[in-house]
Amino acid sequence: MSEAPSDTPLLKVRGLKIGATVYPTGERPRPIEIVHGIDFDLAPGKVLGLIGESGAGKSTIGLAAMAYGRGGVEITGGEVTVNGRDILKSGLRDVRKLRGGEVTYVSQSAAASFNPAKRIMEQVTEAAIFQNKFSKKEAEERAVDLFRKLGLPDPENIGSRYPHQVSGGQLQRCMTALALCPQPDLVVFDEPTTALDVTTQIDVLAAIKEAIRDTGVAALYITHDLAVVAQVSDHIMVLQQGTMVEYGTTDQIINDPQEEYTQALVSVRSIKHIEKEPTDTPLLRVENITARYRGTDFDVLKGINVELHPGQTLAIVGESGSGKSTLARVITGLLPPSDGTITFDGRTLSPDLSTRSLEDLRELQMIYQMADTAMNPRQTVGTIIGRPLEFYFGLRGKAKQTRIQELLDEIELGEGFQDRYPAELSGGQKQRVCIARALAAKPKLIICDEVTSALDPLVADGILKLLLKLQKIEDVSFLFITHDLATVKAIADSIAVMFQGEVVRYGPKSQVLSPPFDAYTDLLLSSVPEMKIGWLEEVIEHRRMESAGN
Amino acid sequence: MHPILKLIAQRVALGLMLLFAASILIFGGTMMLPGDVAQQILGQSATPQSLANLRESLGLNEPAISRYFSWLGGFLQGDLGTALTNGRDIGESISGRLGNTLFLAFWAAVISVPLAIFLGLLAVRYKDRIPDKLISAVTLTTISIPEFMIGYVLIYWISIKLGWFSSVAIINDSMTLGQKLNAIAIPVMVLTLVVLAHMMRMTRAAILNVMQSAYIETAELKGMGMLKIIRKHAFPNAIAPIVNVVMLNLAYLVVGVVVVEVVFAYPGMGQYLVDHVAKRDVPVVQACGLIFAAVYIGLNLIADIVSILANPRLRHPK
Repeated sequence: MSEAPSDTPLLKVRGLKIGATVYPTGERPRPIEIVHGIDFDLAPGKVLGLIGESGAGKSTIGLAAMAYGRGGVEITGGEVTVNGRDILKSGLRDVRKLRGGEVTYVSQSAAASFNPAKRIMEQVTEAAIFQNKFSKKEAEERAVDLFRKLGLPDPENIGSRYPHQVSGGQLQRCMTALALCPQPDLVVFDEPTTALDVTTQIDVLAAIKEAIRDTGVAALYITHDLAVVAQVSDHIMVLQQGTMVEYGTTDQIINDPQEEYTQALVSVRSIKHIEKEPTDTPLLRVENITARYRGTDFDVLKGINVELHPGQTLAIVGESGSGKSTLARVITGLLPPSDGTITFDGRTLSPDLSTRSLEDLRELQMIYQMADTAMNPRQTVGTIIGRPLEFYFGLRGKAKQTRIQELLDEIELGEGFQDRYPAELSGGQKQRVCIARALAAKPKLIICDEVTSALDPLVADGILKLLLKLQKIEDVSFLFITHDLATVKAIADSIAVMFQGEVVRYGPKSQVLSPPFDAYTDLLLSSVPEMKIGWLEEVIEHRRMESAGN
Repeated sequence: MHPILKLIAQRVALGLMLLFAASILIFGGTMMLPGDVAQQILGQSATPQSLANLRESLGLNEPAISRYFSWLGGFLQGDLGTALTNGRDIGESISGRLGNTLFLAFWAAVISVPLAIFLGLLAVRYKDRIPDKLISAVTLTTISIPEFMIGYVLIYWISIKLGWFSSVAIINDSMTLGQKLNAIAIPVMVLTLVVLAHMMRMTRAAILNVMQSAYIETAELKGMGMLKIIRKHAFPNAIAPIVNVVMLNLAYLVVGVVVVEVVFAYPGMGQYLVDHVAKRDVPVVQACGLIFAAVYIGLNLIADIVSILANPRLRHPK
């Protein structure tokens, strides 16, 4: 727990305390403290990674470097010194000169952070011109230069486009150009690659790293992904619930973590799952499925063939737009396919949900990515889990109560949760309730659609462990849809890799994840950040060599 | 063809269809009134023979559909028919009065629209603070009071007590612009007070909605001031809903000013319509109805087109 040694820190934070107001239902609003006294220094040109789970206060601390509190958040104490000035004591006029001039910000979602009504160039150069750092012409030249450095296509003209005319990864690079254009001393990167696909993330990450190095700017790099932050930062600060857990060089945090919490973060995703042999009779057989959405003439699924065996897990992996969620919609009957059949437990399923039997519906359950929106906020946990018990098995009164408690025990929530409302649960607990609701129907197959994507790594790990345990007890099969290869390695028995509506690689886990790879699977696998310093350079170098070799 | 032209063409075609449907409703509606035109012209004392003769000469024995099409056909060629009560050409009588109504509406709009948008912006800038609450309170009060009441109150204070402007808004072609403006000053004030609240509240709501967006935070983190953010980043994204409510109110200024015109004895469309409804002059009512419908549909069509043009995704497709 030492502070960064530095003679002339660019950013000096001492005893930073940040508060917010909470509005509990039925009670008076009350102030709470969300960051409890943080100290650190950042030297010019250095990168500090802030890491922690959601609610750790990392974004809040990052924005405090711009004297900004999001929503009702307020800085309640301490000092934040930038270039020798305490910005918490500065007037609004000085703070405005600081924001967008000395310190700039890159947000998680560039798509939302760009004004849809204005051209990219205008927005990228706005702060530089407005803060009198550069003339319009100079700023535009700088922007084009940054576009080129960040590897954007057609750097001379991309600025004249509107935000919706470029892709998500490109827009995230434009956002980095926006932050670097005024030649700031410090950039706050707030989860800049989290919303991107893994193959896009690696390019953006490499572009950001190069831009930081070339411009000599200092940076606060905020993320929940330790493997990502290990690639770009000099130092790392681990945060938990608004308090610093550990601070050290990147090398020390990754290779020699001292605190238990840091050790847990470093070893996350280390679940070992030994794949099971396929059986003679698959539970689910998807044959030649081709599907398109109504009113379009484009096939989102093209001749899909996969099988899932009883008590096993088939992972469907792919990036956004690959068609993996559409496949789930076809299997559940929400989207009748234009061609192909689905066989489940020896019988052919009707393509349309409305003509399926109650038994078909019961044996095939779903768990969703957003547990929040998948539950009625006005029903208690007991009502939510009790509904399928009533609906499928006609359970009432004491029998139902007993079964609900059994299910709650199975998902490791225990007593006292029956009368709670979803809003009173944490993200992980909500997802557990959704799992219990699916299990209540005693299904043979559960489709899990990105069930851990919205969760913090440690919580996600807990959910995966729970799913594996439940699979053993209940002998249920999982169709596991995800974009996250680490999750796949942890849980799957067989894997189907999807790309643009087709299965490009399919087989048992050991086979799919072993060379020789097809081009897309290779790209996908090599893009997953590894908890290793220098991994990014290795991959980029490797790819450069390969493309030179071709 | 640029997709935006196609969209606009669709809107225009829809507008024309709507207008056509409105003309059927207007014609059908007036047909359903008890008695027919001949009965109304001749009155209670008509003999069956004279009624039959008049029906024959007015073409009332023709089927309704052919009468409808000859009415509509005449309308399209600029022939609005003849008023029953005084036998004058409706087109001629209306043109001057429509001009007067548009004149009044124009000046009311010139004052109320910029004022409403400015007050809306101001309310956003000082959200939940005294200026915001004051603006809301005052505009909501004025919209809640019936317009004839506001009219009489303003006549009493401004015209009678202070003697600034005339209480009667009679204008004619021989007056200069200055004299005309002097005459309509009080009605313009009344109309402004009536339409202000709606436009101002919608402007406030539309901009506040946009102010929640992440790109407003981006602008704040560029160090921009609040008013500049509202003007440069929030307003361009709030244009569509604002134009919508502005057009609705402009339409109201043209077709809804009946009461104000009567209070101030202003020679506009509204008063003309009220006079002839009282006299059961069906052709005039039909003509006024169709013109009002056209104004309403036309202004909303403009609002739709502006909304389409204001959307960068439609203006600059991928």
